[in-house]
Amino acid sequence: MADTKNHQAAPIIEVRDIVKHYGSVIALSGVSMHVSKGEVLCLLGDNGAGKSTLIKTLSGVVRPTSGDFRVDGEPVNFASPRDALDAGIATVYQDLAMIPLMSITRNFFMGREPVKGFPPFRHIDFEHCHEVTREEMHKIGIDIRDPHQAVGTLSGGERQCVAIARAVYFGAKVLILDEPTSALGVAQTSMVLKYIHQVQQKGLGVIFITHNVRHAYAVGDRFTILNRGKTLGTFAKSEIAMDELQNLMAGGKELEVLSHELGGTV
Amino acid sequence: MADTGQKAAVAPRQDERVRKAGLVTQLMRRPELGALAGLVLVATFFFITADRSMFSLAGAMTILEPAAQLGILAIAASLLMIGGEFDLSIGSMVAFSGLIFGVALVNLGLPLWGAIIVTLIGAGLIGAINGQIVIRTRLPSFIVTLAFLFILRGLTLVGLKWATGGSTQLRGIHDVVADSALAGMFSGDALGGLFTWLAEHDLIDKFDNGVPKVSGVPVSIIWFVIVALLATWVLLRTRIGNWIFAAGGDPNAARNSGVPVDRVKTGLFVLTACAAALIAIITVLDAGSTDARRGFQKEFEAIIASVIGGCLLTGGYGSAIGAFFGAIIFGFVSIGLTYTHFDSDWFQVFLGAMLLLAVLFNNFIRRKVTGER
Ligand SMILES: Nc1ncnc2c1ncn2[C@@H]1O[C@H](COP(=O)(O)OP(=O)(O)O)[C@@H](O)[C@H]1O
Ligand SMILES: [Mg+2]
Repeated sequence: MADTKNHQAAPIIEVRDIVKHYGSVIALSGVSMHVSKGEVLCLLGDNGAGKSTLIKTLSGVVRPTSGDFRVDGEPVNFASPRDALDAGIATVYQDLAMIPLMSITRNFFMGREPVKGFPPFRHIDFEHCHEVTREEMHKIGIDIRDPHQAVGTLSGGERQCVAIARAVYFGAKVLILDEPTSALGVAQTSMVLKYIHQVQQKGLGVIFITHNVRHAYAVGDRFTILNRGKTLGTFAKSEIAMDELQNLMAGGKELEVLSHELGGTV
Repeated sequence: MADTGQKAAVAPRQDERVRKAGLVTQLMRRPELGALAGLVLVATFFFITADRSMFSLAGAMTILEPAAQLGILAIAASLLMIGGEFDLSIGSMVAFSGLIFGVALVNLGLPLWGAIIVTLIGAGLIGAINGQIVIRTRLPSFIVTLAFLFILRGLTLVGLKWATGGSTQLRGIHDVVADSALAGMFSGDALGGLFTWLAEHDLIDKFDNGVPKVSGVPVSIIWFVIVALLATWVLLRTRIGNWIFAAGGDPNAARNSGVPVDRVKTGLFVLTACAAALIAIITVLDAGSTDARRGFQKEFEAIIASVIGGCLLTGGYGSAIGAFFGAIIFGFVSIGLTYTHFDSDWFQVFLGAMLLLAVLFNNFIRRKVTGER
């Protein structure tokens, strides 16, 4: 399906005119976007643009005030993140949603624990869990020393990798990543980008949020730019160059002026 | 892709940075380690200072019976504490459940099984109300259940006077409960046959006529052990256990990962209430009456036993078996002092010191576990 990557393919996720108010704060005022199978959609925008709020509505954490939200063409109304997970949408949150006092394995399978045995003796299949955790972490380039280790003892980057590996493992249709590379070093970042590419090859839709235009341009097929709660536009990779994207993302003109003042170093 | 087709050759390879998690580190990870150490310490202290009779079978039963009654509450309280909440109303809940149970038996004339069901449902409902208020208002459970500490104690007083025509004690329960297998599950001794057999074979002390000096194990101790084993298994091996840790560790992260946090917490409030009801049923059947002071201050004792057992006040960490040991320490100290030449009023000093030590120790362990400085 490499040739139906763009607009023709039926979107897995599609939102139209999503509005979200937090009391008097308007976080989103009419955002539209969609993502299809085997496509990486990058969500770009300045701090406070509403990126995290948008993906939180997609993953069932917050309910939109109004707007149309469809998965596979069917209107949905997620009551909780569990509903979104059941619909095959897995998310790496900006705050990672990890619990420091719990072990890597327990965090990895939190909310999705595989069980064996008959009720009332049904229990978590920990052997399987440890094995999968090790294996998935190995794939993302981290050899965990001990799956019983508390997540609180991991470094920020390692923690981020656990969150990503977990979402990749459980994301059946769509993978959403909210600034996944913010705490990562160079090697780990390229590993994550490679990972996004792999997931795309498998036919999942990916929504990738980042501040870094270069990271976005490296893996993205389309770019949706948010600004102050609105969609500023969506561009296919063929339609836009990297520096244009950079300008749009930072709110356009100011940066051009600034870049002039600094002698073109931004 | 949730199934693992490719169980690749990812044998648990050793990372050169692994300091092989030694036995000490592994032990340190167990929240109940402190309680176990405390128990050894306390037992040693009494072994040196107390009368020999404390360490007889009869002595063990006198220590374990109150420990069991507290322990059942403490285990439920520790699960709730791991889930990130407190229930200060469990002591009053024991009294209130006693009222429901007594009224159901004496005033309404229900059979024992009916009274037990009514009591558990009544207590469970109040637990659910506690939980719902905490969840919906997002107020600290500390305050909400403090309110219920007074509400339930007051309701018990009012209800007892109404049911008895002015008294704060409701009697006559032995008159309406016939001996039955069901009654035997909640009162008296268990394993009588075993003890008789042991006495016959001279394995335990007996009177001259061959009757064993200790005729059996009080049923509360059997319940205590069953509850401890069950709670430990649920906490460490099941989904619900993982959800309890998650809900207490970080409710937002848990919710975002698909854990039904509100349901877990409500369930835990129902559980503590039902544990209180169980203690009410056992102690009321034992005494043959119920009164307004039943379960007085048990909420604090249960929380203390949980903390001694390794629960963090901030939630997300602790163990049920720790609360089991914590309650036994409690029994040891409260009863044990009467076997020594010390004034038994030292009890509270001892208890406070244990609590302080436990909190300091838990805090230290938490830092070890999370690597936080
Ligand atoms: N829970 C909340 N309550 C009130 N305002 C919020 C809340 N969450 C986000 N906002 C506001 O919504 C706007 C968008 O935030 P966010 O989606 O986190 O931005 P981004 O992820 O693009 O940096 C911000 O102005 C933020 O202050
Ligand atoms: Mg954000």
